[in-house]
Amino acid sequence: MPLTESLRNDILAAVPSLRAFAISLSGNADRADDLVQETLLRALANIDSFQPGSNLPAWLFTILRNLFRSDYRKRRREVEDAEGNYAKTLKTQPSQNAHLEFEEFRTALEKLPQDQREALILVGASGFSYEDAASICGCAVGTIKSRVNRARSKLAALLYVEGAEDFGPDETVRAVIGSSGG
Amino acid sequence: MKDLKSQASRSTTPGKGGLTPEIQSRIGHQLRAMYDDVVRQGVPDRFAELIKKLDAPGATPQVENDGGSNDNNNGRD
Repeated sequence: MPLTESLRNDILAAVPSLRAFAISLSGNADRADDLVQETLLRALANIDSFQPGSNLPAWLFTILRNLFRSDYRKRRREVEDAEGNYAKTLKTQPSQNAHLEFEEFRTALEKLPQDQREALILVGASGFSYEDAASICGCAVGTIKSRVNRARSKLAALLYVEGAEDFGPDETVRAVIGSSGG
Repeated sequence: MKDLKSQASRSTTPGKGGLTPEIQSRIGHQLRAMYDDVVRQGVPDRFAELIKKLDAPGATPQVENDGGSNDNNNGRD
């Protein structure tokens, strides 16, 4: 379909979540914005192949995900070197405790296999259905479900079980027991 | 601390993936907090301008280059 005013607005509206997805995937804010830029250019260049009425965010996420995949293969080491870049993307720094917890979470997320990480982010953060996530990743719905479950289990093991030995009982035990009132 | 491990994996009320609902909800909460921090930053000027530039009718970007951030030939006539 042609690039109408409303389609352009819809693309623009998808940019914040495209950036969040790109940063979650790459762990690097600069790389993420390059990915988003390339995604937008590809999307606009191929706008004729977008089916009116179909899911625009899912279409854009598919492009970004595929770009990241091909990019990632080329630059795997650089990506793994990106420790700490994520926090720099934040405008407001969280409080000390929250920051520590946040860093731990981010580090644990980066330890997940890529398949599992992207599935978890799409379903757990971007809010896509399992069906949309499956279409974005080009796999079966059951595969997405099992990746999400494995991702959750692994995160839980990394954060709330092993972490307890390093950081003492207070926060982590509360997390496990689930009385997190704040 | 060791019994935490068994508590986590052999929960009395396991949800999806054998995790307690509490752990699941905590993971979900942190994941969204991380993601939403970026979403709240909105649309950087860079992207707003990029899309605005393509405003002109028939302005189709040429994007065969994999070079990344060069934006000097994005469909400007």
